[in-house]
Amino acid sequence: MAQIYYLQVLTIRADLLAAMVSHARADHPDEACGVIAGPSGSDRPERHIPMLNAARSPTFYEFDSGDLLALYRELDERDEVPVVIYHSHTATEAYPSRTDVALAGEPEAHYVLISTRETGPAEGPFEFRSFRIADGVVTEEPVVVEGDPTH
Amino acid sequence: MLEVLTPLTMNNPDLTGAQKMSVEVRVPTILRTLTGGEKVVTANGDTLAAVVADLDGSYPGMGARLLDDSGLRRFVNIYVNDEDVRFLAGLQTQIADQDSITILPAVAGGC
Repeated sequence: MAQIYYLQVLTIRADLLAAMVSHARADHPDEACGVIAGPSGSDRPERHIPMLNAARSPTFYEFDSGDLLALYRELDERDEVPVVIYHSHTATEAYPSRTDVALAGEPEAHYVLISTRETGPAEGPFEFRSFRIADGVVTEEPVVVEGDPTH
Repeated sequence: MLEVLTPLTMNNPDLTGAQKMSVEVRVPTILRTLTGGEKVVTANGDTLAAVVADLDGSYPGMGARLLDDSGLRRFVNIYVNDEDVRFLAGLQTQIADQDSITILPAVAGGC
């Protein structure tokens, strides 16, 4: 079968990026997690849905199973998909861990990693990176931020 | 469909449909490679284990994606109607006709 290669990029609004970073800081030192939903087939992240980390852990995250079902029901009803699935690393770099890769279940999603290791809950430098994770393969992609990042 | 139960058919599960619980199963994106892209499929079985076996018969490989040696995989969630089967009877959960089953991979990870 022919392989099709195409350029991947995450295009994200500055206010949505800021919302994810705020969430990561607020939950530090535990890992924060959530979704940016968007219309099915659009690849456009539009609606921030912060999720509870049921593991409440600095080294692990997991959506609560009831919340997960409610989330997917809602997305289905609205004809949306989880365009971005994000979580934070609070002591390590913003790169998918072996566990992240093994458990990644949405081959079409942009997996965003935010690291708060530098300043914890405070304002300041952070790492924000985006990846595709499919069949155990991690591919980093550029992030294009739209709009005013200070807004 | 009108079914006439006669002494000949009423004790025969194949004819009465007693063993033919038909359920709708919602399949997550990552497993749709096995279902030819179908998002919702139908399966039969009176327990979740039987439904999974039936799915594996129709879509070979599905069983291994849902189960491991110890049973339901830790990071696969299966819901019968609105309930996570871990809070029901797991693979022994009884399935009734017209139940709706949803499979979702856990969204999880760790550093």
